[in-house]
Amino acid sequence: MSAEAHGAVFHAPRGHQFDTAEQQKDASTLGMWIFLVTEIMFFGGLFCCYLVYRWLYPAAFAAASHHLDVALGGFNTAALICSSLTMVLAVNASQHGKRGALIAFLILTILLGGVFLGVKAVEWHHKFVDHHVPGPSFLFEGPDARQAQLFFSLYFVMTGLHALHMVIGIGLLTVLTVQAKRGKFTPEYNTPVDMCGLYWHFVDLIWIFLFPLLYLIDRHAK
Amino acid sequence: MITAPISVPEREHYLNASYGLKSWLLTKDHKRIALLYLATITFFFFLGGLFAVMIRLELLTPEGDMVQSETYNKLFTMHGVNMVFFFLLPAIPAVLGNFLVPLMIGARDLAFPKLNLASWYIFTIGGLFTLYALLSGGVDTGWTFYTPYSTTYSNSFVIATAVGIFIAGFSSILTGLNFIVTIHRMRAPGLTWFRLPLFIWSHYAASLIMVLGTPVIAVTILLLAAERAFHIGIFDPALGGDPVLFQHLFWFYSHPAVYIMILPAMAVISELVAASARKRVYGYEFVAYASVAIAVFGFLVWGHHMFVSGQSVYAGLVFSVLSYLVAVPSAVKVFNWTATLHKGSIALETPMLYTFGFIGLFTIGGMTGLFLAALGLDVHVHDTYFVVAHFHYVMVGGTIMAYLGGLHYWWPKMTGRMYPEILAKLAALTVFIGFNLTFFPQFILGYLGMPRRYHAYPEEFQVLNVMSTAGASVLAVGYLLPMCYFIWSLRYGKVAADNPWGAVGLEWQTLSPPPVENFDEIPTVTHEAYDYVSLPNGSVTPKKEAHVR
Repeated sequence: MSAEAHGAVFHAPRGHQFDTAEQQKDASTLGMWIFLVTEIMFFGGLFCCYLVYRWLYPAAFAAASHHLDVALGGFNTAALICSSLTMVLAVNASQHGKRGALIAFLILTILLGGVFLGVKAVEWHHKFVDHHVPGPSFLFEGPDARQAQLFFSLYFVMTGLHALHMVIGIGLLTVLTVQAKRGKFTPEYNTPVDMCGLYWHFVDLIWIFLFPLLYLIDRHAK
Repeated sequence: MITAPISVPEREHYLNASYGLKSWLLTKDHKRIALLYLATITFFFFLGGLFAVMIRLELLTPEGDMVQSETYNKLFTMHGVNMVFFFLLPAIPAVLGNFLVPLMIGARDLAFPKLNLASWYIFTIGGLFTLYALLSGGVDTGWTFYTPYSTTYSNSFVIATAVGIFIAGFSSILTGLNFIVTIHRMRAPGLTWFRLPLFIWSHYAASLIMVLGTPVIAVTILLLAAERAFHIGIFDPALGGDPVLFQHLFWFYSHPAVYIMILPAMAVISELVAASARKRVYGYEFVAYASVAIAVFGFLVWGHHMFVSGQSVYAGLVFSVLSYLVAVPSAVKVFNWTATLHKGSIALETPMLYTFGFIGLFTIGGMTGLFLAALGLDVHVHDTYFVVAHFHYVMVGGTIMAYLGGLHYWWPKMTGRMYPEILAKLAALTVFIGFNLTFFPQFILGYLGMPRRYHAYPEEFQVLNVMSTAGASVLAVGYLLPMCYFIWSLRYGKVAADNPWGAVGLEWQTLSPPPVENFDEIPTVTHEAYDYVSLPNGSVTPKKEAHVR
């Protein structure tokens, strides 16, 4: 059984190691899910740190989280949820061979991601202005200034790494848009769109956990 | 036997299908990538070995006369970092696993060949970072990077080394991911899970750990680097941070990492035992499940590294019990290997010598691990040479023995050449003697109370230390010999048959060296693994009949 002999039947560019396009898609999907598991473990380490310190210093963390802007955070959450919707619609469009819709939804997703990063940048800027960036110039009113710095350290590391994942996601979607314009994706072959979709949803999900942990818990206390 | 006329072109295989540096550096062939890894990790092995030699030379005399204590700290750190992250972790999976996983499951390649090549590049770049740190002055924190020393006080190249390890970690993740997908999706027709060679089961289990554990060390190292660079406070007690949290996160990966090192070694031993005894591995299913059990339990025992780090007594109790539990599947494997050898027709060739070495030394290493898992005894021998001897029995006596045994066993498949048997047996014996002479005295030293990580020691410990240093030089000869005769055999070695050991297993059904896509025709599997009863002469070529090329 030669790989090349069957190759012509499929539109998909198929690796020589696979027997069928279906096997290739299965392998890619499984690979992507395993990659997402590694991402969960990666962020899991951070969530673990957060859990330990939140439990050790609940008052400091509650006080510090009051300095985050819930309105901006909430707006960003909405933006990301909308971007997940447009991503799903992009995957759907690619499965039905609707090239125009695919490109439109990909661009929309990129824009929403961009909006998120823009708002995030504004929020970070506020932290700089308010001296809430950990380091020598850190200033915090109240009894728990030291531990509040710990909160902001975690805030910057967690939202920073999340934003890095967003940037990577936007890069991937840009490549997809170019490829979609060139007509690379067909109803038979749209694995990359599907895989980037999984990644995008995952990054959204991380934010869905970050938002309540950093912004919302104990909000009602004061 | 006819000698092939010179004019007949050589059969095309993966080594001669294309030539030139570019054909190697851009290869997507898992077999060539395995050889790239082989070259890279051999370099790091001898680099790490060089540090070990310097450590042993310093410890020849009780006074700190060869190097100062700062230099000594850097020596044992660089020895540990090199050996753990750039040799032991990738050794068997990235070389033998890379080469054999597709062959053993009857696939043309791994599921993601480009990713496989990328992981070699990532590994090499990570290694270069560490080399840079080394050449700029080294690191002195110990391979464990405990905070707050590593984040606040150390005046050495912590960040560069940490970045190197961070990068190399991704290569481990990608290799594990590639193996899992390949084993799930690329098996030949008829090759069910319980027909898989145990090599595959163990690699699957090890891959699970690579995928689940490595991201945690990645984020830990990232936090460590951020803490050192920006003083963000995560592990800094001055800001309410907790240095013990670093140890938790570190060992959450680094203890399972021990099983990334030993599971692939067990994978090799299962193959070698079956092939040498010409029998199905006794209790195949139990050995297969034991691999998975080790991977699962391995994630629940990290706290036994922290019995004296101030974790709660109850945590200590639980971790102690769980550590005992991990001995059960390990013991299942050892018992089943010995049961396989029972009444087997054992061929005492070089791979089998290493296998015997592994079983004995791993048993000693494992048993002393149980001593250390006991809370009371651990307080006595913690941070002494007893611990050093224990993990060297597992890592060197276990993993490196298996690695060398596997390299000898599959060398004819990888290169199409036989290694010189008598010299190889001599080397195996040298390694065994050198190893025991190096590390057995360290058990006694540790029990007598000699602490690790000091460059000077009281005079009464000198005799045992001299023995250890003498053993290290014997061991060095034992490691240099195979490197020399392996290289020699590439040109002058006897041409190997496709199945020189008369073993069953798909990798022996193809040619030596295999063609680019591994098999001329993808085989259909109709027998369980190690079926020496139905396939008494192995599968294709009878023993000792060389192919005419």
